[in-house]
Amino acid sequence: MLWLTSTRHSCFEGNSLSTMPTALLPTPIAVLSGFLLRSLVIICGLAATALPASALVEIDINQGNVEPLPMAVTDFVSEDDLGPKISGVIADDLRRSGLFAPIQKAAFIQKISNPDLAPRFEDWRVINAQALVVGRVSKEADGRLRAEFRLWDTFAGEQLIGQQFFTQPENWRRVAHIIADAIYEELTGERGYFDTRVVFVSETGPRNERQKQLAIMDQDGANLRFLTQGNDLVLTPRFSPSRQEVTYMSFADGEPRVYLLQLETGQREIVGNFPGMTFSPRFSPDGQKVIMSLQQGGNANIYTMDLRTRATTRLTDTAAIDTSPSYSPDGNRIVFESDRGGRQQLYVMNADGSNQQRISFGDGSYSTPVWSPRGDLIAFTKQSGGKFSIGVMRPDGSGERILTTGFHNEGPTWSPNGRVIMFFRQPAGASGPQLYSIDLTGYNEQRVETPNYGSDPAWSPLLK
Amino acid sequence: MNLMMSIARSPAVLALVAVLALAGCSSKRTLPNSPGELGLGGSGAVPGSQQDLTLNVGDRIFFDTDSAAIRPDSATTLDRQAQWLKKYPDKSVTIEGHADERGTREYNLALGARRAAATRSYLISKGISSNRIKTISYGKERPVAVCDDISCWSQNRRAVTVVSGVGS
Repeated sequence: MLWLTSTRHSCFEGNSLSTMPTALLPTPIAVLSGFLLRSLVIICGLAATALPASALVEIDINQGNVEPLPMAVTDFVSEDDLGPKISGVIADDLRRSGLFAPIQKAAFIQKISNPDLAPRFEDWRVINAQALVVGRVSKEADGRLRAEFRLWDTFAGEQLIGQQFFTQPENWRRVAHIIADAIYEELTGERGYFDTRVVFVSETGPRNERQKQLAIMDQDGANLRFLTQGNDLVLTPRFSPSRQEVTYMSFADGEPRVYLLQLETGQREIVGNFPGMTFSPRFSPDGQKVIMSLQQGGNANIYTMDLRTRATTRLTDTAAIDTSPSYSPDGNRIVFESDRGGRQQLYVMNADGSNQQRISFGDGSYSTPVWSPRGDLIAFTKQSGGKFSIGVMRPDGSGERILTTGFHNEGPTWSPNGRVIMFFRQPAGASGPQLYSIDLTGYNEQRVETPNYGSDPAWSPLLK
Repeated sequence: MNLMMSIARSPAVLALVAVLALAGCSSKRTLPNSPGELGLGGSGAVPGSQQDLTLNVGDRIFFDTDSAAIRPDSATTLDRQAQWLKKYPDKSVTIEGHADERGTREYNLALGARRAAATRSYLISKGISSNRIKTISYGKERPVAVCDDISCWSQNRRAVTVVSGVGS
């Protein structure tokens, strides 16, 4: 059983991955810890001892309240504490997904001291660990970090995955998330979402004197970095799907406008030259346009601006408030909210503004629609009976489901695999909003820890 | 949570919070910009100053939930504002539109703008030149009263007229 007899015969470098097809491919992110990272991670396949043709471990995550899969994530073997730190991040990612239940290490019978050897499957079956993760972390002669792991199906006695990664030591958390994604994908059949980031608004100060800053962090709350100083009111940041860039709204210089911010350079610019307030920006799926609302008198209409040609196009023209536009992932349609019928409701139109159709018809009002990256659902905020809920419906308005209801829940954003929704919750009382995530099934609601109050989260896409 | 909510709903605490909020607001509003406004004091407002407008005319009007309609009591205030603006023809103003916190962020930005626009239109209809009146919306981002019932929400659904200096 040799680690390095690669079944895939190739190693992939992080900055030349654009042609690689699998979800495992790491995406170079330049903002980690403020460093411009090149060749972030190299992945190599590891020998599988047997083909997982009849793997027993499998989760159907479309079934709603699934019982989390009991599994064991062992401390990765290493000469320092980095091994256990990496395996700890992996276990935390898997646990927070709600689909896996990493077993307490105190229950382990076998101590893994050589991850190159097949484990004693019986020792893991007896504690009901249906999957087992083992690994090793070491330093290469050139200073790079080498992280290896294997995922075992303990009941079938088969290796499901074996991979190794090479990267700079400061990227250790990123490697852990990539490994967690690989495990998630193998066991669920869906793409992972752990190697992602969240941009949001960090809030401090009393409710009537709130100071707001743009901030970015890993999806688990680590590596938090502030992107603005807090001098200007900033709202609704959104990730570019194709560049290290966010669009957001700022009241800088007393003129509320939509901005672009380059994450690598900190350079910012106003989007377009509009005569009034622009707000509620979002990128098109190809990253080439920003779609937003322009306020003109008492009305707001939806415009796009092409970021290359700077051409602006008006898509709606009503004596109403049309806002919160969000493209379908194929770019062909746009969902938005409008009060043209009296209260805020959701509408879908073609990308050129034609064929505007109302899709929400339930009690109350509907706002902040966001199209799922899978295309199958639209998430929204619903106000009804004095409560604020987060829900989903199909793009034709059918199949409405409320995921969470309370005093004030607002502003959903999708994980890039379309399985998890993040939003913010403002409790009654003097405190401020906090970020939460919830599974598409409505289960597994989790607080997303931030050092200050948090609002307006936007999940990063999986970069191509 | 329950404890916090019960504290927040106690009338005494609410009143205190509201007073603090208004105090914070007014000090912020009257201090900046013009040296002529520094002569603070209840009755001695400098004619034509923000303080003069706030104390002797009324600088703000309020709106019903999810509405930008000018109420009769608001029309009375705006009539006085129009007279004041005619008396001080070198002053221009910015109408700041606001919404309460019981709405979503993007819509409330537009709703605040709609309220500011309705206020501006009313003043124009009373003979004030349009180039003397700018508008801005803060949506639900700048509440003056912070509690979780209608006593605060109704104070936050407002349009505030802010003297911005010499008209363009």
